[in-house]
Amino acid sequence: MGQWVSITVNGKNYTREVEPRTLLASFLREDLGLTGTNIGCDSSQCGACTIHMDGMAVKSCTVLAVQAHGTVITTIEGMAVNGKLHPVQQAFWDQHGLQCGFCTPGMIMSISYMLAQHPNASELEIRHQLEGNICRCTGYQNIVKAAMQARDELHHEHHQHMQEQH
Amino acid sequence: MAKLVGQPIKRVEDPRFIQGRGGYVTNITLPGMASVAIKRSPVAHARIVSIDASKAEALNGVIAVFTGKDLIDGGTGKLPCGWNVPNIKVPDRWAIQPVGDKVRHVGDAVAAVVAESPYIAQDALDLIEVQYEELPAVIGAKSAASNKTLVHDSVADNITYTWPLGDHAAVEQALAESDTVVTLDLTNQRLIPNAMETRAAVAQWNRYTEEMTLWTTSQNPHPIRLLLSAFTLGIPENKLRVISPDVGGGFGSKIFHYPEEIIVPWIARKIDRPCKWVATRSEASVTDSQGRDHVSTAKLGLKNDGTITGLFVETHADMGAYISTFAPLIPTAFYVCLLSGLYKIPSIYCNVVATMTNTVPVDAYRGAGRPEAAYLVERLMDLACRKLKMDPIAFRRHNFIKPSEFPYQTPVAMMYDSGNYDGLFDKAIASSGYHELIAKRDQARKEGKIAGVGIAGCIEASGPAPSKVAGALGSAVGFWESAVIRMHPTGKATLFTGAHSHGQGHETAFAQIISDELGIPMADVEVVHGDTGKVPFGMGTYGSRSLSVGGSAIVKAAEKVRTKMIKIAAHQLEAAVEDIVFDQSTGKAYVKGSPAKSKGTFDMTFAAYTAHNLPDGLEPGLEENSFYDPANFTFPNSCHIAYVEIDSGTGRVDLQQYCAVDDVGNVVNPMIVEGQITGGIAQGIGQALYEYGAYDSDGQPQSATFMDYAMPRADCFPMIHTDRTVTPSPHNPLGVKGAGEMGTIAATVTAANAVMDALAPMNISHLDMPLTPEKIWSAINKK
Repeated sequence: MGQWVSITVNGKNYTREVEPRTLLASFLREDLGLTGTNIGCDSSQCGACTIHMDGMAVKSCTVLAVQAHGTVITTIEGMAVNGKLHPVQQAFWDQHGLQCGFCTPGMIMSISYMLAQHPNASELEIRHQLEGNICRCTGYQNIVKAAMQARDELHHEHHQHMQEQH
Repeated sequence: MAKLVGQPIKRVEDPRFIQGRGGYVTNITLPGMASVAIKRSPVAHARIVSIDASKAEALNGVIAVFTGKDLIDGGTGKLPCGWNVPNIKVPDRWAIQPVGDKVRHVGDAVAAVVAESPYIAQDALDLIEVQYEELPAVIGAKSAASNKTLVHDSVADNITYTWPLGDHAAVEQALAESDTVVTLDLTNQRLIPNAMETRAAVAQWNRYTEEMTLWTTSQNPHPIRLLLSAFTLGIPENKLRVISPDVGGGFGSKIFHYPEEIIVPWIARKIDRPCKWVATRSEASVTDSQGRDHVSTAKLGLKNDGTITGLFVETHADMGAYISTFAPLIPTAFYVCLLSGLYKIPSIYCNVVATMTNTVPVDAYRGAGRPEAAYLVERLMDLACRKLKMDPIAFRRHNFIKPSEFPYQTPVAMMYDSGNYDGLFDKAIASSGYHELIAKRDQARKEGKIAGVGIAGCIEASGPAPSKVAGALGSAVGFWESAVIRMHPTGKATLFTGAHSHGQGHETAFAQIISDELGIPMADVEVVHGDTGKVPFGMGTYGSRSLSVGGSAIVKAAEKVRTKMIKIAAHQLEAAVEDIVFDQSTGKAYVKGSPAKSKGTFDMTFAAYTAHNLPDGLEPGLEENSFYDPANFTFPNSCHIAYVEIDSGTGRVDLQQYCAVDDVGNVVNPMIVEGQITGGIAQGIGQALYEYGAYDSDGQPQSATFMDYAMPRADCFPMIHTDRTVTPSPHNPLGVKGAGEMGTIAATVTAANAVMDALAPMNISHLDMPLTPEKIWSAINKK
């Protein structure tokens, strides 16, 4: 009793038959082998499974694969471009923003979306915006520092980009 | 090459994690793999009357359903206890409770399904019909001892053991002769560790070689293999390989031997297919070992000048429904033996009564006994200051063990190795701006706000443990650690360590050590851990032991590698061994006074493997090992200071400032240490202000999802300021102490003391954690 879905993930189109109840997180992990998206809870609280769907951060454990039909998805595996880390990834490395690494992909996906929405987010705003992502290792301190580093780096990149256009 | 030990080197493991390439058990897929799901009890205490699995077995895609009897008849054994204190009663615990026996906590396993997919396995669980004869639930660490209902018929009064330590008569006399006695009744609440990766197991049976491979989310794969072989699964150690790859956090909860580590490989062999089980979060909340859960009464004797005369403690410790692997260690040696804190206390007596209840088993959770001790001692210190109207710092300093008094023998068995507690407090006072915080508090109070400053000075015994001492205290195993350094012919090195990294950054820190010891670049060092098929028997990681025990083994193994390289260099340079200088910064060996003519690491290792030109009698090859047994625990110590304001309308605590000064001895990677301390502090604050693994009177867990359990979020914390003092441990080669748990140990009571200081003007002397808005508001409003 499958249903066909066609989803673009990290720039590549996948057409697969899925059980209608298949969660998007399971689809990414089991059907596509993209295991960077982790599952940390079953109540949409922890955010380890966060991905970008049509440019928005969503928790893929709370979306059905069939609901993602026709969408464009980015997962953690698609964040680095041509071997260059995304500024949020780089900041996590620079700031020791991870320990066990399990929440990290979801954190990076949430923060990259947050910074796109709130490019000038303050430390306090970053802390509030991270409400949907749980980390047990770091006490969030270096995650917040990483978000602030990435914010500043993205400003810098934006500024450079504008200068190049002029 | 600059010395790397002491440098904040960025972690070499990070690129894989930040790109979604963490190698967790749950990511493993094997050809033909089937899915296992566990049917669990929805009730806390009941006799299993019958199980009807026929509907589940008939479901398309279900391979089989197994019950407890199937596993017992199939040769599995009872889960053993690894820490047997005197006269302990260890009740039977099976991987799956058989029909006729009882379930003893919500989440206890009653059947296992194996199916073609995880979704089908979940469907099948709903089709298994279990008939229960419900029994009253035994709940409450203290009241369990007087409950007429028994969790286990073999454990009278629900008391599994009692553990008294100290001179009771001397303490009674000291209290009687004191000018004043401070009394405190407290509850140290149940916590759920909640590593972000839930537990998982994958098993593969090789029908040709009759070897089993088990991937499991463990902090210590070798002890798990030992227990599986000797007690529970019956596959001999030489035919069983246990792998714990990247593990997503542990905090103690992944030390222990769990039923699923028996069930999954047993089924894999039975159906001759690879099998996988991954816990849901709800499942983790009712099966992962939980933490704390003490009910205590304490009395502290004092002279009017502030001198402590004696300490009496009685603690009821809730063990839950079964004795988890190392559970009896936690409220005994890791708790009672730390009750002296930073202080000279002439006599201490503590009696621990450990009880069985219809709740999830309790075992080590970050800090493990030591936060419970620190909380009790440092709450008492604050109450003593209040009673004597003494300054909290002056009072503590008055009772400190002084630097000249180390090694210091406490009345509760521990021999502290080193410390400078006055220096520690000096630094914390300066670092936190303590006096400014007091002024800020007083000003805030004048403005009608509820504000408080909390301070605590805490001790930890980390780096378990001298094996003889552990054995004397009841351990079934030793607590040394192993290391093998394999030099490859090209001069590269692989370290095989018995320690296990599940967030601690060993791949970086251990490579820093080897780089310094052998003079080779970090990039030339590969760190291998977590695989019994590769590494020598190792005891794993917990108790903040990896560096002080495992790191010491690495240093010792490196010394042996150097010694052999020097012999080769001496031979080839035609000099005496004692005339050779090995420059650890370059990895070059030369004759004293002639550095121009030298042999590099490559020359010496390549020569070891060609064996064309070795000294007579020297074996070819270059691979050395060490099994390091520590001489003592190490004793990290800390002074933490916090500033809080409380919303009088809601009772909500606003933690505004937090400063931590810790003495963890020498430091290999300060960035990683700071991360460990900060993360630990967050867990301590979590206990103080938010978290509670609650059960109702029927034994139903009230906080078994992240919707209900108050996991701290990013906005629960200010930027935490950390600083260090350094008194190297005198008995290990790196001079290091543990860094993994100090934050948690100190932060719990520091945050609690800050809140209680804020409430002091309202004559509220003590509230139990978690200090939730409701609890504080009710206290303020006398509801």
